[in-house]
Amino acid sequence: MLDSKIPAGPLDQKWTDYKGHCKLVNPANKRKLEVIVVGTGLAGASAAASLGELGYQVKAFCFQDSPRRAHSIAAQGGINAAKNYQNDGDSVFRLFYDTIKGGDYRAREANVHRLAEVSVNIIDQCVAQGVPFAREYGGLLNNRSFGGTQVKRTFYAAGQTGQQLLIGAYQALERQVALGKVKMYTRHEMLDVVVIDGKARGIICRNLITGELERHFGHAVLLCTGGYGNVFYLSTNAMGSNVTAAWKAHKKGAYFANPCFTQIHPTCIPVSGDHQSKLTLMSESLRNDGRIWVPAKLGDKRAANDIPEEERDYFLERRYPAFGNLVPRDVASRAAKERCDAGYGVGTTGQAVYLDFKFNLINKYGKAEANKLGIQNPDTATLIRLGKEVVKEEYGNLFDMYEKITGENPYEVPMRIYPAVHYTMGGLWVDYELMTSVKGLYALGEANFSDHGANRLGASALMQGLADGYFVIPYTIGNYLADEIATKPIPTEHPAFAEAEQKVADRINTLLSIKGNQTVESFHKRLGRIMWEQCGMARSEQGLKKAIEDIRQLKKEFWSDVRIPGQVNEMNPELDKAGRVADFIELGELMCLDALDRKESCGGHFREESQTEEGEALRDDQQYAYVAAWGYQSDSQWQLNKEPLLFDVAKPSQRSYK
Amino acid sequence: MQHYNMNLTLKVWRQKNAADKGHFETYPVKNISSEMSFLEMIDVLNEQLIKEGKEPIAFDHDCREGICGMCSMYINGRPHGPWQHNTTCQLHMRAYQDGDTIVVEPWRANAFPVVKDLMVDRSAFDRIIQAGGYISVNTGNAVDANATPIEKDKADDAFAAAACIGCGACVAACKNSSAMLFVGAKVSHLALLPQGSPERKSRAVNMVAQMDKEGFGACTNTGACEAVCPKGISIENIARLNREYMMAGLTEDK
Repeated sequence: MLDSKIPAGPLDQKWTDYKGHCKLVNPANKRKLEVIVVGTGLAGASAAASLGELGYQVKAFCFQDSPRRAHSIAAQGGINAAKNYQNDGDSVFRLFYDTIKGGDYRAREANVHRLAEVSVNIIDQCVAQGVPFAREYGGLLNNRSFGGTQVKRTFYAAGQTGQQLLIGAYQALERQVALGKVKMYTRHEMLDVVVIDGKARGIICRNLITGELERHFGHAVLLCTGGYGNVFYLSTNAMGSNVTAAWKAHKKGAYFANPCFTQIHPTCIPVSGDHQSKLTLMSESLRNDGRIWVPAKLGDKRAANDIPEEERDYFLERRYPAFGNLVPRDVASRAAKERCDAGYGVGTTGQAVYLDFKFNLINKYGKAEANKLGIQNPDTATLIRLGKEVVKEEYGNLFDMYEKITGENPYEVPMRIYPAVHYTMGGLWVDYELMTSVKGLYALGEANFSDHGANRLGASALMQGLADGYFVIPYTIGNYLADEIATKPIPTEHPAFAEAEQKVADRINTLLSIKGNQTVESFHKRLGRIMWEQCGMARSEQGLKKAIEDIRQLKKEFWSDVRIPGQVNEMNPELDKAGRVADFIELGELMCLDALDRKESCGGHFREESQTEEGEALRDDQQYAYVAAWGYQSDSQWQLNKEPLLFDVAKPSQRSYK
Repeated sequence: MQHYNMNLTLKVWRQKNAADKGHFETYPVKNISSEMSFLEMIDVLNEQLIKEGKEPIAFDHDCREGICGMCSMYINGRPHGPWQHNTTCQLHMRAYQDGDTIVVEPWRANAFPVVKDLMVDRSAFDRIIQAGGYISVNTGNAVDANATPIEKDKADDAFAAAACIGCGACVAACKNSSAMLFVGAKVSHLALLPQGSPERKSRAVNMVAQMDKEGFGACTNTGACEAVCPKGISIENIARLNREYMMAGLTEDK
């Protein structure tokens, strides 16, 4: 029933063969075909720009005031590519293998191999656009390393790589806007997909300034709408990041795959109080130079700098000597949680560990600089001074951000960090062509499920977003649209558009008419607490069952007691938020259901019932080597479809980073 | 850091829509923690307003980590508030003391009309980018990324200019509402790189023309823009824009 359309042939030939044989649309016909792109992050902006360049008529939508503000902009550390510029043994195969292994053998081989193949083109394209990646003194590109790998393949622009890549894609997009190939709709939110005769043919969206509902036709619809980490309320996502577009597509027939696969990022600034609206990431790249530790003695309340070296427990280096501080995110997060749960956590709440730069500041950077300057036997103060300069160049903006939020200077005292929700590997189910289970409806970037399995490696999200938008969809969409060249644009007076718009209007009116007592925000916070406690870093059958009950109760309460101020026909941010939270509540239930179904542990999904003696995630490949693709049936009713995962090249084994 | 709680008085600009005249409203807020961000303090006020059956204050915000450029509050006469190199979302309440009065306005510039309350329309910036703020390279055109070495100093300067988040604080701070720092940053970013060289003349001319068309004012080198820029974009970029513009004018062959 689920056809993933993976091309036949050897793994490393599939994409080449596909490109050689897929259908093409000639330039004259491209001009007659309209494509809707929802979301303008890395995936959306790169797709809209590339399709515009090819000659399609593109309409792009975003809810922000400018496409440049999509949350890809906040990505910090870098983007992977198998360039092997460092001569350290990297290759397309290694990037493929690391990604499959890092994902704990729950991703599709063919998609991941394609991702590794096109990674090299992404870097070329971005440099040509003027993306100012970090360079060496010789003028060539520099690299750093990220978790779960033993090579340096990450390209970066200080701690602002996502910003620079997005600005590159945004400029390419604006160029197409100027050329009239892309029409841009800002402050618009997609609220439904219009499906006619089994094919996606358009969307209904709300103009967030006037409140009007609009109908837009497209021969195909691309959802590039990011992840759903905000279901946890507190996450590193932007305040506006939401699941609504993907959820509406799900309710129109698109399967939702592996919804419980969420990434808890190990290095975020800890929660400071109930007022907290979001959590801030401190890039994984910091683990290149920062060492993670807690006091070795229980109840040691001394300040970090007063605890001598031999009384510190560098628990990642202790447990995983081969990868040390650069183990994958799921492993690092669980290890931090384990120490904190055992009572070794630091800070006022005890829910934090130290990330300390002093050692490398002195020994790595300080000594190298002193050597360059010919300073013999430098004292520690000199080494620190010299080291600081280098660290500032590498991570300056992150250190500044940390200081603004916490009021502490991380050059002097170690950062305090704790895991936080960061990324969602799950998403809309797509086949090899990135098409969902609804014909003509595509999902790109974080919005789909395909490449990261149960755990994403650092610096791979940017890679996937741009791969999908620049180098995959321009080929695969042609294979579909080649059969649509005779389809005339469908007038938006068509009954399917009218019906979809009416449903959207009815739901908005229902929400506004409740006039209850509790704010949208308060419901979102309660949902977040349920999800974090029962469907966060550790999950159990009992907890998940309870969570499902609690969420159903919360849903009832929401629909009978939410209070939304303002009117329908005006800018109304509370109303926008209410619609998103209502969707998050439904998604939360499905996530718990999925987590309950998957009795194994894998990657970021840790079922307490399934662990090794050392407390590592224990997979069950016999029973769970599948993608769980959930089909929506009715309220709280889903049907589970399984896509078996076959590993022809990267044979599954117990992941080991020791 | 020592934590403390404070009571404050807020004077906030309220304006129903672009057509409305707008006015200040005064709100007391109580028990604000010094650990909150400025926007979290506004969240608290909004929750309070909703509970009282009033309309919450509309404001732009998204990433809340100082990079998306969406937040835009003019706080006590200064864009993004009192801290150096900072956005509103990263301003924390330890910048204030118990009993303080804080005045919050939207960006004020003809080219940035108010949408509602503290939200303004900054689409003029997108149109300036459309006029030439890019390198014309279609997907697939690129040569190997290391084929063109770029001097590290130049690459670093290009990056420093490209760090602009497009928030518009420079315009809000300028007595003439000039967008020269924004335009200068983009022209510099691309002019400093060899990839940007083929289009450098038309880029400078067209972007400046669009800036004028949008109704931004002229630059008198006062430097208020640089002083409030959350990303520390240097006013040198305006000098570079002027050079690029002049060279384009002197050597134009069309």
